[in-house]
Amino acid sequence: MGYVIEGKTGPWEVVIGLEVHAQVISKAKLFSGAAAHFGSEPNTQVSFLDAAFPGMLPVINRECVAQALRTGLGLNAHINLVSRFDRKNYFYPDLPAGYQISQYQHPIVGHGSIEIELADGTTKSIGITRLHLEQDAGKSLHDQHPTKSYIDLNRAGVALMEIVSEPDLRSPEEAGAYLRKLRSIMRYLGTCDGNMEEGSLRADINVSVRKPGEPFRTRCEVKNVNSIRFVMQAIEAEAKRQVEVWESGGVLEQETRLFDPQRGVTRAMRSKEEAHDYRYFPDPDLLPLVIDEAWLEELRANLPELPDAKKRRFMQQYGLSGYDATLLVGEKATADYFEEVAKGRDAKLCANWMIGELFAALNRTGRGIEQSPVSAQALGELLDLLADGTISGRIAKDVFEIMVETGERPAGIVERKGLRQVTDSGAIAEAVAAVLAAHPKEVAAYKAGKERLFGFFVGQVMKAMAGKANPALVNELLKQRLG
Amino acid sequence: MSLDSATVRRIAHLARIHLEEADLPRLQAELNGILGWIEQLNELDVTHVEPLTGPTQMALKMREDVVTDGNIREQILANAPDRAGDYFAVPKVVE
Amino acid sequence: MRLTELSLAEARKRLHRREFSAAELTEAHLEAIAALNPRLNAYITVTEELAKAQAAAADRALARGDAGPLAGIPLAIKDLFCTEGIRTTAGSRILAPFVPPYESTVTAQLKRDGAVFLGKANLDEFAMGSSNMTSAFGPVENPWKRKGDEAARLVPGGSSGGSAAAVAAQLALGATGTDTGGSIRQPAAFCGIAGIKPTYGRCSRWGIVAFASSLDQAGPFARTVEDCAILLRSMAGHDPKDSTSADRPVPDYEAACRRSIKGLKIGIPREYRAPGMPAEIEQLWQRGIAWLKDAGADAQEVSLPHTKYGLATYYIVAPAEASSNLARYDGVRFGMRVESDDLLELYERTRAQGFGPEVKRRILIGTYVLSAGYYEAYYLRAQKVRALILRDFTEAFSRVDVLLTPTAPSAAFEQGAKMDDPVQMYLNDIFTVPASMAGLPAISVPAGLDAQGLPLGLQLIGRPFDEETVFAVASALERAAGFTHLPQIRAGV
Repeated sequence: MGYVIEGKTGPWEVVIGLEVHAQVISKAKLFSGAAAHFGSEPNTQVSFLDAAFPGMLPVINRECVAQALRTGLGLNAHINLVSRFDRKNYFYPDLPAGYQISQYQHPIVGHGSIEIELADGTTKSIGITRLHLEQDAGKSLHDQHPTKSYIDLNRAGVALMEIVSEPDLRSPEEAGAYLRKLRSIMRYLGTCDGNMEEGSLRADINVSVRKPGEPFRTRCEVKNVNSIRFVMQAIEAEAKRQVEVWESGGVLEQETRLFDPQRGVTRAMRSKEEAHDYRYFPDPDLLPLVIDEAWLEELRANLPELPDAKKRRFMQQYGLSGYDATLLVGEKATADYFEEVAKGRDAKLCANWMIGELFAALNRTGRGIEQSPVSAQALGELLDLLADGTISGRIAKDVFEIMVETGERPAGIVERKGLRQVTDSGAIAEAVAAVLAAHPKEVAAYKAGKERLFGFFVGQVMKAMAGKANPALVNELLKQRLG
Repeated sequence: MSLDSATVRRIAHLARIHLEEADLPRLQAELNGILGWIEQLNELDVTHVEPLTGPTQMALKMREDVVTDGNIREQILANAPDRAGDYFAVPKVVE
Repeated sequence: MRLTELSLAEARKRLHRREFSAAELTEAHLEAIAALNPRLNAYITVTEELAKAQAAAADRALARGDAGPLAGIPLAIKDLFCTEGIRTTAGSRILAPFVPPYESTVTAQLKRDGAVFLGKANLDEFAMGSSNMTSAFGPVENPWKRKGDEAARLVPGGSSGGSAAAVAAQLALGATGTDTGGSIRQPAAFCGIAGIKPTYGRCSRWGIVAFASSLDQAGPFARTVEDCAILLRSMAGHDPKDSTSADRPVPDYEAACRRSIKGLKIGIPREYRAPGMPAEIEQLWQRGIAWLKDAGADAQEVSLPHTKYGLATYYIVAPAEASSNLARYDGVRFGMRVESDDLLELYERTRAQGFGPEVKRRILIGTYVLSAGYYEAYYLRAQKVRALILRDFTEAFSRVDVLLTPTAPSAAFEQGAKMDDPVQMYLNDIFTVPASMAGLPAISVPAGLDAQGLPLGLQLIGRPFDEETVFAVASALERAAGFTHLPQIRAGV
């Protein structure tokens, strides 16, 4: 039995579908020539079309179409060579035209799937129902004035890809893995930067529960959840709520809810959301979107290597385990970093150092790999010093920490601090002799059978040599002396 | 298809047009007159007919991904009935 | 001869010969407007300063020898075209304060070619109407009067009533209009002038206040067919800013007017014989057939079986698109606003007070036919019938080159008539709507007077992008009809 909510009447399965809105990376907006990037002064990245002035008309941006196609290919999805734009009509101040140009009946991308990796090492295929292009809305600010809301249309008209999953997810973990994988694929493709905190990736969650073996029950939608962690929490909270409703003999109402991360519960949206009648109809200002097959093939041929393919290659080419490979391909930047470090070096050693020391340091300093204080070259240099015996493993870790702190290159640190490994057997032999002489009781105990004390002697020799002695030599010489 | 007054009110709300109660009967009659007249289309058999959404059945032309617009804030805000600095202002929306 | 009596072609010739200046030509028109516009109300906004500046620029260009094809030609611009820096109202209170910061493509092209803009012409609100009675700026009076009934004020037709009246009363040498279901052709017929709706996509819609996007087309009015051809040449052309704009070169429409029509086949659609149609119109139609035969064309009957469904189809599709296009008029970014502390009330009151009754009716019809549960029954069905209507035409055009029909089922009627029952008003469009639904080029040519001395027009409908044949046949018709009558109310009289 997979993830379940234990109710009073027994276990309940959770059925989850995710609708993700991903902002497309492009210079200009979907139908207007205004800029699609942000952080600008309000209402400066707005064209007359974005503000829905009279007589303005949409013209589609080729790159936005390309980005949707690339994403569709990355999702192993069917590409609809002919698709259409529809108007979704509703009134809201951040929607100047009173309609959003979207795709309703004929989206640009159809069925696809992605593989997710779970903690227990298994993989699961999650279906994608569709992907379509649509306009983003502007932003309303409600906290600038006591009785007024302020409207900024910079974001109005930016291209969004709406990606709808099949209701194949069955646990918060799966949902988290799905979002991470989806984000990873889009970041690899360069079609969306996947930043949930900044709003370039937004998730709406559809949740329902059922007794195992039952057909689907009523679902509720939880909107505007802006982190993967919250998505997972919201699913659990909502599923528990629904179980309680069913078990108390109630009937679940289909409604739209919001997640309150402070209290860890979902609540119904304050305004009683009337069932929207969007009156979809084909946008008469646009013609059918027809994709030239040659262009699609060109896009396909130029796709970067995607995470799954890269993982398989890493396992084969570098002999990495599935687990290690997964960790290294999650972000393209990490994978690139690894391949840089692994050039002409022991791949497993590189992988271990990245997954161990580097990731720990990045976590600790709150940085992503693009801002790593230790570059791939620098790490490589450190691993070279380790491999050729200049420093020992323990010393290497110390040097690494200094590299993280100061950004210095390893060779310099080793020289400056005199950390070169001692491989002079004579010096080590002297230290060994001194240690054994200083601990006659332990020597006797060891010879009498307490073999564990070997480690103690090693430790003492290392201490005497400030950690710089070559461990293998220490072991060898100790063994010789102890017999 | 005949519209009752509740439907007329609902449509007016969808269209965000306030209706005075006094005007409702006349409007309802007019709309029903128009809709009744439109019903004649039901006489036709349209099975297997593809809808025409625009006489020019060409394919959509695409434009290059170049920023050619924007940075015209003054013109964008110039006609605003309620301008608040760099923003359009509306009565506060409760979410 | 008064400068205001000239045809556009003639005025252009004489300007180039420097018989008079562009300034004089514009001044003559501005005087005529000052004298007659208070009565006719053809212009909502007169742009005297702009016109004089443009005329002066035209004179300079004429002197230099690099004048454009319309240099110094004074035109009325339907107040649906956004004109930069000049108030553009769409005939509505909701846009009464709107000053566009951009110029529509069509008017930009007219400016490029040296035209002079006398002012913004009156129209039915948001181009919805067939009488110009729905304008928030008052009705337009048709300069034609019924024989023996000079007191009655007649409508000029609509929605481009102001443009047609201005040209007919010699308050402009030409005008721009838009035609969605007949809004150029019907007023042209009611006012005894020529007017053409080009093929859908021939002219750019960028910068024209949208009514029904899949139907709207800009087109010219003038007192002769050749003048229309001259204007259309400047107005037409591909616009990358309009995704529905056709990427085809613009032919020499003027030259097409001189083409012989010998051997061309004229189709006479039997379904355009509407029940209750006045005998005079039937007779004029017959005369038209005879004229064209005399000019060497052949005539044959054709059938367009779905003709009678055109109006119902139009009155589903056009309001549906309009209901969406007019959602942007909400008092937030431009135009009129009714203040409120509540957003919903702001929207509802602004739109209730800003839109007139006809616009509201159409928005409500449009909202309804698109609403949940009704989309298939109405909108989708209408778009299928539209395909059938196009099929009828395509079939007919496999046998003939152009179709001849009456333009309207009556002459101009009195202001205030047909206002009680919206459907009665809609029936005015019965002959013009099918060509709109099919996106075909169609022209109205003044062909005769009815018993009360009011003008009647004949319509020619052509193949897509075959305005040349339409102009050729229209010119032949015009020559044969010899319509030289003038309205009682006109410049200088």
